[in-house]
Amino acid sequence: MPDLNNILLYVFMGLCGLSALFIMFTKNILYAAIALMITFLSMAVIFIFLGAEFVAITQILVYVGGILILLVFGIMLTNKTGTNKVISLTYNKVLGFVASGALFIILFKGITLANFSALGWNKDSTLLEPSISSFGKILMTDYVIAFEIIGLLLLLALIGAVRIAGKARKEVNNGA
Amino acid sequence: MELNYILTLSALLFVIGLFVVITRKNAIMVLIGIELMLNAANLNLIAFSSFDSTLQGQIFSIFLITVAAAEAAVGLAIVVKVYNYFRTADLDKINEMKG
Repeated sequence: MPDLNNILLYVFMGLCGLSALFIMFTKNILYAAIALMITFLSMAVIFIFLGAEFVAITQILVYVGGILILLVFGIMLTNKTGTNKVISLTYNKVLGFVASGALFIILFKGITLANFSALGWNKDSTLLEPSISSFGKILMTDYVIAFEIIGLLLLLALIGAVRIAGKARKEVNNGA
Repeated sequence: MELNYILTLSALLFVIGLFVVITRKNAIMVLIGIELMLNAANLNLIAFSSFDSTLQGQIFSIFLITVAAAEAAVGLAIVVKVYNYFRTADLDKINEMKG
């Protein structure tokens, strides 16, 4: 008996896979970026179905709101503007198909052979109750050092990105 | 079973990312492929974490998202800088180093 939750989950899983396949076959980089946005959004919906609300919100904030905008900026800054479209052709198609197809066959075989339903923890597959409060408690107590370190890493990476992409200063030009 | 479908979707996303990284020469498309592969790993973590009450998988996926954001920011900055120098984003034409 397919209930509504499962149908919705499968719809969004299909949307995710289809938009990823569109990235694979399109030649226009901007279309690929938009398809990547659809992939990220449907993946956030899948996260909510799997009981990870906070990760879903973070996915939308960081990927759709941050990384994708950066990618579109990168596309605009690294292509000659004009009437022609931003095209990226595919090369080494045979090698790509062979490598990725072989990897997919291996992974699919492993997933189907693994028989996860035999494991004990799979029995009570009750989706956990909304977990944001317990998630926050765990993040701020058990994993607080890792949390601070990852914040520092993000700060350093953003400063480095601005420093790399910004205009070079005079003394740097003289010194180089 | 539901978990198998999600793992298969994750494998598909990873494989598509790998295909994009192999076959494209534009640096931005390669970054898109890397993002797809990181997201596939993320989906696996969340899928297994839904059976776990300690939420370790979700914590780890938050860290993974943060590292992916840092990687994308620095990678795009480097791509923009390389484009300013070589006037192209084609990875095969960027083949000389300073020094």
